[in-house]
Amino acid sequence: MTAYTATVTVRLKRGVLDPEAETTQQALERLGFDLSDLRSADRFEVDLDAADADEAADRADEMAERLLANPTIHDYDVAVAER
Amino acid sequence: MTVSVIQFGGSNCDRDAVRALDHLGVDAERVWHADGLPADTEGIVLPGGFSYGDYLRAGAMAARDPILNEVRAAADEGVPVIGVCNGAQIGSESGLTPGAFTTNASARFQCEPVRLRVERADTPWTAAYDAGDVIEVPIAHGEGRFEIDDDAHADLVADDRVLFRYCDADGNVTDAANPNGSTDNIAGVLGERETVAVLMPHPERATLPDLGRSTDGAGILEAFA
Repeated sequence: MTAYTATVTVRLKRGVLDPEAETTQQALERLGFDLSDLRSADRFEVDLDAADADEAADRADEMAERLLANPTIHDYDVAVAER
Repeated sequence: MTVSVIQFGGSNCDRDAVRALDHLGVDAERVWHADGLPADTEGIVLPGGFSYGDYLRAGAMAARDPILNEVRAAADEGVPVIGVCNGAQIGSESGLTPGAFTTNASARFQCEPVRLRVERADTPWTAAYDAGDVIEVPIAHGEGRFEIDDDAHADLVADDRVLFRYCDADGNVTDAANPNGSTDNIAGVLGERETVAVLMPHPERATLPDLGRSTDGAGILEAFA
């Protein structure tokens, strides 16, 4: 078994309104920053032991499918690195 | 009929639901989620509140609670199930009903009376009304914007599973009458069975005659009577 960290990034699908990101963008603009868009995402770092990177990725993928993301509104991706 | 009002950590409308049901002459009791569903359960309310602090997403944690497996099994047998507000979020997160409820377009918590157009009167939840009736029921939520992808929305409409839409006083479904940016002004939907429904507005807060400005919500809870 090898120790991995699987990083799951969950973000709203393109086209789904993100009021929190819009509010954050407006606040940045009030502070004088010039930006054309802003998107937010949730990142989960999952430490786990697995036989190989593929198994670690598969397990993190299932975590995203079953809890971390809501497929109605979210896309997600998984990146695995040895820890 | 004995209605189980399921109380999760952070539920806060469970007592209100029991009182409203008592008022309608319905036998109802609060059930702590970890105790499981009582065997004599003939109806289920998933009440409002902030179960598990809305961690991750509103309703996400409660939807994975083991009692939801029992709720799903009961729903499949035809036991009437309604999710209100946080209960609606739990219902959609658990797959009892389609779509998702997410952050209001305003990005604010909104607590205000809204008007709903009854889209169907031939369900247990709306038998007290006529299709097209306008009822006033309060909302109190920060994450009530109904989101659903285009295909699933088309199916929902084609299958006539939209139960309530936000509307104005005359029953017109307009952007101005949409409090939270919900897709197609949708406030409540049916599950695969007509005996399963969720809605963001609070019928239990519009049932007791001495509580507020409307008792229009009583008709929804009369499904259990």
